[in-house]
Amino acid sequence: MTNSSKSTLSRVIAVLAVLVLALVPVIGSRAMVQDLFMVLTLLVLALNWNMLAGFAGLVSVGQQAFVGIGAYAMFGGVILWGWDPLPAILLGGVAAMLLSLPIAFFTFRLNGAYFAIGTWVSAEIVRLSMAQWKALGGGTGTSLPKGTTKEMIGVAQIKELLGVSSSAASDALTYWLALTLAVVTLLVGYLFLRSRMGLGLQAIRDNVEAARSVGVDPLRLKALVFVLTAFGTGLCGALLFIQITRVSPDAAFSVVDWTAFVIFITVIGGIGTLPGPVVGVLVFYILQRVLADYGTVYLIVLGLIGIVIMLFARKGLWGMFTEKTGIELLPLRHRSLQHRPSQRSGN
Amino acid sequence: MSLLTLDHVSKSFGALKVTDAVSFEVAPGEALGIIGPNGAGKSTLFNLITGNIAPDEGRVLFDGVDVTRKPPMSRVAAGIGRSFQIPQPFTHLSVFENLLVAANFGGGHHGHHAGEFCMDILDRTGLAGVADATSGGLSLLQRKRLELARAMATSPKLILLDEIAGGLTEAECGALIDTIKSIHAEGTAIIWIEHVLHALTSVVERLMVLNFGKMLMIGEPDEVMASPEVKEIYLGIEV
Repeated sequence: MTNSSKSTLSRVIAVLAVLVLALVPVIGSRAMVQDLFMVLTLLVLALNWNMLAGFAGLVSVGQQAFVGIGAYAMFGGVILWGWDPLPAILLGGVAAMLLSLPIAFFTFRLNGAYFAIGTWVSAEIVRLSMAQWKALGGGTGTSLPKGTTKEMIGVAQIKELLGVSSSAASDALTYWLALTLAVVTLLVGYLFLRSRMGLGLQAIRDNVEAARSVGVDPLRLKALVFVLTAFGTGLCGALLFIQITRVSPDAAFSVVDWTAFVIFITVIGGIGTLPGPVVGVLVFYILQRVLADYGTVYLIVLGLIGIVIMLFARKGLWGMFTEKTGIELLPLRHRSLQHRPSQRSGN
Repeated sequence: MSLLTLDHVSKSFGALKVTDAVSFEVAPGEALGIIGPNGAGKSTLFNLITGNIAPDEGRVLFDGVDVTRKPPMSRVAAGIGRSFQIPQPFTHLSVFENLLVAANFGGGHHGHHAGEFCMDILDRTGLAGVADATSGGLSLLQRKRLELARAMATSPKLILLDEIAGGLTEAECGALIDTIKSIHAEGTAIIWIEHVLHALTSVVERLMVLNFGKMLMIGEPDEVMASPEVKEIYLGIEV
């Protein structure tokens, strides 16, 4: 089998996988729907972080700022202004995008490790500020009003369609939204990297000085990625907390849940490769299931695996797979126009 | 009106004045050669023109606009293209993609047209055969050609060439000179730093001599090379 037909086959498998995933609320158990919801939202966070760190070189450890602000904006929309949770998800994305502007303004003056610390500090500032928001429970947080998720737009229809309880229907709805968000994030990421912007990012990654000398503005491109990934991360944060139904500063701005695990997923799957986070989230999910009963051993094993991958497979499991097999699921390369009818005189 | 004007441009690194009140002009379509001993400040002068280094004093004007405080990106867009002395390819990108970045961002070419534009340049620089090869694996000659091709892809009005013939054999050098002559013939202005004198004098109309950051002389190549001062400083001949 040639590499291109292998790649076509992989694409068919990917489409089938999405279709099977879409059917889970119909054929699977409710526990499975809830589990896979968490997996899909982690995937969305990992896809966004991979775009930031893997492609734009912005190693942020403050992405929980955008998860948290997304969650709080959604809660604000629902509790203070009486919005339906679904449109309030968009509010979460927009709030995160707006927050990313001042954060970028300060942290973009820093490089490398200093940038990482700067994003973390920014996230802490936002967490502490949200703890002052008395209307949303201050430091202890608050819950969505009883029944809010059962009355969400679409829940009644799903309830009728699947013949399940309102809570199960609301789980199915958030699950489908998470699946849609994951697929859209992956596709948008792919299209972005295939565009001239993506080419510019890859040039910056190879050689900043040369990139500037052919007209690429590194700051502008990186800022664009920072703002767009903040939007995606904020949407995901809002969606997550519709499912969780309770928000508090510590949970919404958790660096472990929304950034550390996400970094682990991206690194083992393959940082700087598009399918990397997908592979990483699968490995993460399996490990979680297998090791869930062993308490802290679970975290130690995760850490060890992360270290081994960083030492021996810098491009992660997907990078290793691509190197060995030549299969590229979402190739970024721009082919030259060698097939042009005119006579080539190449030497 | 001149295309490029440097007006008393100075730059120091610590106590060392690497560019000392340099003033000169380049007309549209003109080719100017720069020679001088190692450490004379030739590459620094290029960096001042491209904006990679900001001058301490003086002004840089391009196309009638003061670009002294403009970053490299906007100078590329204005029409200043450059090649690096040590080739700086985007090593993970293909040769074609190296040009495509330059055409997209610096040259303002988009879509299918940008691809065609890049293929034409690859043809002219003899790189069409390796268009889809990863540029990290190229030979020195191919890397030098890629430097030239990538600078061309930014559609410059003025192209800066930094020792592009250095380290090449006679035959390799000949092919490169032909390409540079064809760029010049199209009306693109050139400033070319080179130690390979015969390569330089076969293209440029004027020659400038730099020494210790100062412009020693500027004029027709024959006239400059005949000057006893230049012979002494640049060629090390006692007269």
